[in-house]
Amino acid sequence: MAEKATAGSSGALVGGIGAPIANVLTIAGREFRAYFNGPMGYIVVTMFTLFVGILFFFLFGTLVLRKTTLQPMFQSMSALLPLLCAALSMRSFSEERQRGTIELLITLPVRDADVVVGKFFGSLGVLLVTLLATVTYPIAMSRMGDLDSGPVIGGYIGILLGGGAYIAIGMAFSSYMRDQLSSFIVTVLFLYVLWFVDKTLIFLPQGVSSVFEYLCSDFHFKSIARGVIDTRNLVYFATVITAGLMIAARSLSSRRWS
Amino acid sequence: MATDVMIEARDLTKRYGTYAAIDKLNFSIRRGEVVGFLGPNGAGKSTTMRVLTCFIAPSSGTATVGGNDVFEKPLAARSVVGYLPQRAPLYQEMGVIEYLQFVAKLRAISASEHKARIKKVVDICGLGDALTKDSIGELSKGFQQRVGLAQALLHDPPILILDEPTSDLDPIEKAEFIEYIKAIGRDRTVMLSTHNLAEVEQSCPRVLIVSKGKLAADGAPEDLANRSGKARYVFEIDADSQKSPSHARESSKLHVSIDELMESVRGIDKDLKVMSHASDPGSIAVQVLGDSARDYRRDLFNLAVQKQWTLLELRKDVVQLEEVFRELTVGDAKAGDRIAAAGLKKPEASKSAKDKDEDEDDESEDKE
Repeated sequence: MAEKATAGSSGALVGGIGAPIANVLTIAGREFRAYFNGPMGYIVVTMFTLFVGILFFFLFGTLVLRKTTLQPMFQSMSALLPLLCAALSMRSFSEERQRGTIELLITLPVRDADVVVGKFFGSLGVLLVTLLATVTYPIAMSRMGDLDSGPVIGGYIGILLGGGAYIAIGMAFSSYMRDQLSSFIVTVLFLYVLWFVDKTLIFLPQGVSSVFEYLCSDFHFKSIARGVIDTRNLVYFATVITAGLMIAARSLSSRRWS
Repeated sequence: MATDVMIEARDLTKRYGTYAAIDKLNFSIRRGEVVGFLGPNGAGKSTTMRVLTCFIAPSSGTATVGGNDVFEKPLAARSVVGYLPQRAPLYQEMGVIEYLQFVAKLRAISASEHKARIKKVVDICGLGDALTKDSIGELSKGFQQRVGLAQALLHDPPILILDEPTSDLDPIEKAEFIEYIKAIGRDRTVMLSTHNLAEVEQSCPRVLIVSKGKLAADGAPEDLANRSGKARYVFEIDADSQKSPSHARESSKLHVSIDELMESVRGIDKDLKVMSHASDPGSIAVQVLGDSARDYRRDLFNLAVQKQWTLLELRKDVVQLEEVFRELTVGDAKAGDRIAAAGLKKPEASKSAKDKDEDEDDESEDKE
C-alpha cells in the first residue's frame, strides 16, 4: 500500500501494482491463448492424441491383448510426454527473448516469480486440454467392456503431475536459451534420460538403483497409474516443479541475456 | 511541485564484464520536463533507460524514478513509468484491444475503467484504423510503434520513457508524434532517446548527450549550439580556375585538387578544422570550423585572391546542434555515419563526419 501511495501522489496515475494472484492468472491466460491464437496449440493437441492412439493400439497391442485396460494408453502417454512438454515449454522464455517481448512484460509492475508461475499455469492449461482430447480413448474402451475408473483417474493425475514437472524443467532450460529449437532438443534429451533411468537398474548395484529408481519419472507414473497415489510420488513431482520454476525465476531475475 | 525531481541517476554504472556500457552517469529530470537523450548507437542510451525501467539492475550507483529507488522498490518504480522499448516488441499474435487489455490488467487498472482508458489511448495514438486487423503482427511497423506508445500511456503515467519512439514512423507520423510529445510534456516528465537531432531541436527544451557511457553535455539545444564557441564556413571554388591573363600569356586552366585546397586552408590557422564538403560538378568545397572569436571569411577570401581561385561561395553558418553532437561524440566509431543514416537536415554536413572521426582531436573538454 505504501508503494501505491507513492505512485498515486506523483500524478494522475490510474493503475498501480496488482495482486500477485491476479497477475499470475492474467499471464497464464495470455500464455494459454497464445498457443491457440496460432497453429501451435492445435498441432500439439492433434499430434499428441494421434500418436498416443497409434502407440496404444498398435505398439502396446491392445488389439492383440483384447482386454479392456488402459494401462497401454498411459504407457504411450508417458513415452510421448517428454516431446509434448518440451514443445509446450520451449517458447516460454526463449521466444520472448528472441522477439524482445520479455522487456515489455517484465517492465510492467509484476514480480518475476508471477511471470514464471503464470507461464507455468498457461502451459499446464494447454497440457490439460491435450489430455482432455485423449479422453475419447477411455470412453471408447468403456463401451467395449467394464473399465475400472480408479486406474484411469489415477493415470490421468499421474500424467498431469508428471507433465507439470516436465514443463517446469523445460521452462528452466528455456530461461537459459535464446533459441527455441535448442531449448526443445536439450529438454527432450534430458526428459528422456529422466524417463529411461529405471530401465537401466539391473546394471546397477542395489543402493544406487533405488536412488535412480526414485529419480526416474516413469517409475512414479507407473506407481500412480496403479491407482494408488503415494506421498512419495507427490513429493517427487512437487519437488521437481518447484526446483524447475525456481531455476527459471532465478535466471529471469539475473537478466543474463540483456 | 514544479521542481519535483522525477528521474534521478547518481553515479549510475552498468558493466558487462570489464566493459562499462554506462559509466558514472549523473543527471536529474524534473516534473514537466521533456528531455531528449542523445548519443550514437552503443553510447549507453538504451542501457540507461533499461536501468530506469528496472529491466536490468545497475552495477553500481543509484537511480530513482518518481521517488522510488529502482533497486529497492522496483514495482513502485515501474508503476509510475510508461515505457516504450526500442522497436516496440509486442506480442504479434494478439489483437490490439486484447493486448491493451492484458497490459491494463497487469497495470492493475480497475476493470470498470478498462474500456474508457483503452478508448482514450486508441484515440490519442490514432489507432482506429489498426483495430480492423486481427493481430498486431498484421500491422505496419509504424502502427506497431503506436500500439507500443498506447500501452505506455494506458495508465496515464507521470513519467514516460521512450526509446527511439520515432524510428519506425514516416515523416508525417513523426511530425504528429513530436506535436503530441510537446502536448503531453506539459504536465508529464518525458525522456526520449533518438539519433534524430532535428527532432530533438523541435520537441525537447533540454538535451542530454551521452558518449561512450558518459554524460557529454546537458542543456537546451540552443545553448549547446552556442556553447560550442565555433563558427562554420563553407568555402567553394571552381576546380578549374581560369588563370588571369596578367599571369599567363595565353589563357590556361589551373586545376585545383581537394587536397591542395584543404592544405591551403589549414595554412591560414593550424587550429582550423577543415573537411571536404559537397559541391556542384566542376567545383570543390570545404567546410571549415573555426573559433567564433575571429571571422575567417577575410582570410578565406584573401586566400582565393592570392591563389587566383575563382570563388563560388563563401558563407558563415551558425553551428548546428548536430555539429556539437559530433564534436562531443568524436571517437564513437562511425557515429557520423549513423547520424547520417538517421536522416540529417543537412546531408552535406554528415558527409564530412567520417573525416572528422578519423581526426582524433577530442575537443569535448571545452564543452563541459
